[in-house]
Order: sequence, then structure tokens, then C-alpha cells
Amino acid sequence: MRTINKFFMGALIFALLAGPLFVLAQSEEPKEKVITIEAKKFSYAPETVEVNKGDRVTIRFISTDVHHGLYIDGYELETNARPGQDGSITFTADETGKFVMRCSVTCGPFHPYMIGYLKVKPDYRLFGSIWLALGIFIGSILLVSRRQKP
Amino acid sequence: MTEKILGLIPVDWRFELTSLPYIRKIIKSRWMPFLPIVLNLSVFTVILMAGYVGGVSTGNYNFGIMFVWIVWWLLLMMVMVPFFSRIWCMVCPLPAFGEWLQRLGFTGVRNKLFGLNRKWPKSLKNMWLVNFLFLGTTYTTGFLTTRPIATFILLMSIIIGSIALMIVFEKRNFCKYIGCPVGGFLGLYSNMAVTEIRARDPQICKDHKHKDCVIGNEKGHSCPWMILPFDIGRNTYCGMCLECFKTCPYDNMAINLRPPATDLLVDKNRGLDEAWKAFIMLGIAIFFFLIMQGNNGLLKDWANAKTTEGYLTFVGLHSIFNLLLIPGVFLVFVYASRALGSKEIQLKKLFTNFSYTLVPLGLIAWIAFSFGLLFPNSSYVLHVLSDPFAWGWDLFGTAKFPWTPFLTGVMPYFQIGTLLFGLVLSLDIGFKISKQTFQNRDQAVRGFIPIAAFLTVTTIFLIWLFTG
Repeated sequence: MRTINKFFMGALIFALLAGPLFVLAQSEEPKEKVITIEAKKFSYAPETVEVNKGDRVTIRFISTDVHHGLYIDGYELETNARPGQDGSITFTADETGKFVMRCSVTCGPFHPYMIGYLKVKPDYRLFGSIWLALGIFIGSILLVSRRQKP
Repeated sequence: MTEKILGLIPVDWRFELTSLPYIRKIIKSRWMPFLPIVLNLSVFTVILMAGYVGGVSTGNYNFGIMFVWIVWWLLLMMVMVPFFSRIWCMVCPLPAFGEWLQRLGFTGVRNKLFGLNRKWPKSLKNMWLVNFLFLGTTYTTGFLTTRPIATFILLMSIIIGSIALMIVFEKRNFCKYIGCPVGGFLGLYSNMAVTEIRARDPQICKDHKHKDCVIGNEKGHSCPWMILPFDIGRNTYCGMCLECFKTCPYDNMAINLRPPATDLLVDKNRGLDEAWKAFIMLGIAIFFFLIMQGNNGLLKDWANAKTTEGYLTFVGLHSIFNLLLIPGVFLVFVYASRALGSKEIQLKKLFTNFSYTLVPLGLIAWIAFSFGLLFPNSSYVLHVLSDPFAWGWDLFGTAKFPWTPFLTGVMPYFQIGTLLFGLVLSLDIGFKISKQTFQNRDQAVRGFIPIAAFLTVTTIFLIWLFTG
């Protein structure tokens, strides 16, 4: 009986902790979005681009100092720009999660660290990972609080 | 009943790798580890030359930068430390000149060492100095990992410093306590390793009064790391130099395969110096991520010393975060653990013991961080292999190989999987430490809950930071 109670208590705590994430995991209607990303040594502005799953996204890529690139992990798309010579990418944001945008043209010492983020919501991967971590936490507490056989 | 790591492998399970005759023969040869050191030295010579020639040019096309901060660092964190303990210390070429000078030779045995042979002060026989040394080195990460000349200066400083200090202080004090920035974390994280050097049969050592491994003999040097090879409780200070295999007249030393993280359960010689090493390492992993893989341009400008004020802000924040904030937050959870478990246990003891739960979490965080270097950047290595000095060479036909990130789309899954495994392992170790620390199982369960919460929240934070 005690074990069943502990199990239900664990499930309740899990639901309380993980429940709010369900609200955040709701997706919105897809839209057409045009976003301008400005590159300068060694960052992008905006640093993070947020879109929703299914959005048709066009990125207008401009550089204000030297030759820069923009490569999006996961989508494996690339463009580049020089001052006065813009680049552009158009794609449908069909994969959700955070994707790193990195400079693909060597532009100076911090070039490998020139990074921005593309976030496609809702981030099921993040929510799933948090649920798993919470599950591991509650599972471990239930496991260690079992009565030991004499 | 024997405890099991992750409920699967008994803590005392061992397989002796040196029971294989050819491995033992290699280990006992005086050419080991001399030959791998020489081989390694030749690679480091190219690294130093590339660093010097590269000057302040962009680091991603420099052999020195790529081989130290991508190849070496990834091998260290992802392979050497978790699988082979301090094997890097065995083959590290940087203190080799100092050691050869002490011995006035390369492979021969000379137990009266050249130099002043001063003892290192007892009060400094801990990790505090190397904690600050490593933290201080990370202040320059913006230069070290991007400017070849900075890597050259760092490596040359270690080589010259080791020669100077090894003439003054006996044996490997330099590596152990004084001058190696990475020695401290290699020591602490090697507690996680699935290999160890231990005496085969402790009774043989107990009955043997002469202790050749401690004083040396004609076949080998006395332990350069100044530990007692017959009583190695943890991997922390064993530099795997293999001298004890050579000196032992009973052939009683062994390299064992074992379950991971077993040293973290050794309730002996735990200390606040190692606790802070665990905090610092976790904090640096977070800060390195923000600088190298984060999206905040301002922080990068600070680390890159674009302005003096910015750089000093970076140093200040970095120090406060690592030295005060993480330990402070952890203390709150330890306080809750004591309140729930038992107030009879000293807060300091609880704090110190539970800090070892951050070792699996920290090492795993570094592995997850390292995926972020491996997948996007390793293609640079092909380029620098063919043209190490940027002189237009094409030794292997890969000099024109373009930057090609690979598997970056699935990289977050590698990171999440690794971090969740780290959580499971640190929870497992955490409860075992809790049982050691509290007086009975009920107290241990109650006292474990806040620590488990801390480990879970930290893991969720790392997952969010790296992938969310």
C-alpha cells in the first residue's frame, strides 16, 4: 500500500512540475516571416531569431564590416554577405528546436565563436528532455525510498 | 551486500588488464612511457612551431590551435579521462625536459636526482594552487583558443616553468601541486575513470617491508608522484608513470578495468580543495559554452578584451560565478539536506562529501560541451594536417578541404543523452555518498532529496543552455 501511495505521490509531483510545459508546447498558426539578420565581428543582430513551426521564413542577411557567412545547423542552409552585398535564405521551419546559426566565412580570431540561434517553437525536444530529467529525479527518490528487505 | 554502480556492476568488480602477458611486458619495459612521450613531443614541436609562426593570425586554420584546443581537448575529456584516467600525464611531453634533467638521462635509473630536491610545503599539498592557476588560465581563453601565439606562450611557459621548478622541487611536485593548469581537474575527474593502477594483492605489499616502489631500486625510480603505490585509494594523484611496475620485486602492481566513478565512493582524503575544483570545473564549462557556443556578442567582446572594462567585467563575473555563486547555491541545498537528514552531521562534512556528486555531472557537462566543438569544427583538422604552418603546403591533399560541419542537426540529441546519463550516474553516486555520510538509511534518503533536486535542476539548466 505504501509503495502504491509513493507511486501516486511521485506521479502527482511529476504532473505538477511537468504540467506547465504542456501549455508552452502549444503550436501557433504558420505565417510568412521576413527577418533581417545583421552580421558584424563577431555576432549577429538579432542574436536569436524565433519562429513557429510551419512558418515560411525568409532571412535577409547583411554584413556591416567584413565578409561573413550564415550556416544553420540542422537545416544545413547557408548564405553569405559582404558590406553592400546581401545574402538571403528562404525555408519552411518544419523542424522544431534550437538551431545554431554560425559564421561560415573566416572573418577574424573569434570567427568559430560567431554564433546566433534560430528557435523554432514549440521546442518539443526541450520539453521532452525536461520531462525525462524530472522523471529520473522522481524515479530515483521512489527507488531509494523503497523499504529494504531485512 | 556489495553495492552496484547504476545497480548493474558491483563496485568491487575488477578485470586485470595487465594479466595479459604482452601488456605487462610493455608496461614493465623502460621504454614505456619514454617512447610515447618522444612521439608526443614531436607532435608538440609542430604545435609550438605552428603557434609561433601563426602569431596573431586567425586560429581556426592553425595547427597549434586545432591540435591543442580541438584534438587534444576532445581526446582528453571524451576518451582519456573517462576511460584511461591520467594517461595524459603518463605521456605528457611538457614536464619531460625537467624530469630528464632531474634524472640526468632518458631511460636509465638514477635514484639520486639532480637539483635542489626541495620538499613542497605540507600546507600547499592540495589542489588550491592549481584551482586558482586553472581559473586564471581560463581568463585568457579568448586569446588561447583563437590566437596561435597565445597557445605558444602558454605551452612554452609550462615547459620553461617545469624545468625551473623541477630543479628546485623534488620529483613531480610541479605537475602535482604547482604549475600544471590541467593537473587538478585531471586528478579529480580521473576518479570517474574505468581504469586504475592498484596493488594486485595488498597482503604481499603489507608483508614486504622494503617498499621498493617508495624508495626505488636499480630497476626503477621511487614513485615520482610521491604517493604510496601499495596503497592507492583513488586515482587523483597517480600520474600513471608506471615506475612502480618496474620497481616491484613481486610483480604485484596491476592496471585494472573497473566500474566508473568508484573512487568517488572512497571516504578518505576528501577535502574542500577538491570540492572547489568540482565547482570551478562545472562553472567553467558553463562560461566556456557562453563564450564559444553562446549567442551573446557582448560577452564575446568582453572575453576578447575589446575594451579593458569589458575584459575586467568578464574576469570578475567569471570568478564570482565559479568561486562563490555555484558553491553558495550548492550550500543552500546542502543545508536543506542537513535539515531533512540529520543535524548531527557537520555541515562542512556534508558539503564536502556531496560536492563529489558534481564530478560525474561536471565531466559529463564537459563531454556534452565538447560535442559542440567536435561536430562543427573538426573538419578544420584536415586542413591543418596538410598545411600545418600555413605555408601553402598540401601534404595529404586535404589543404583545400572546406569547412564542413557534420551531424550538427543531431548534435543536441547526443548532448541531451549524455547529460541525462550524467544525471543518472550522479544521482546513483549521490545516494551512495548519502548512505556513507548519514547514520542510517532513513536519514540518507531524506538527506539525499535536496541534493538530487540540485543535480536535476543543474542538469535541466545545462540541457536548456546547450540545446534549448
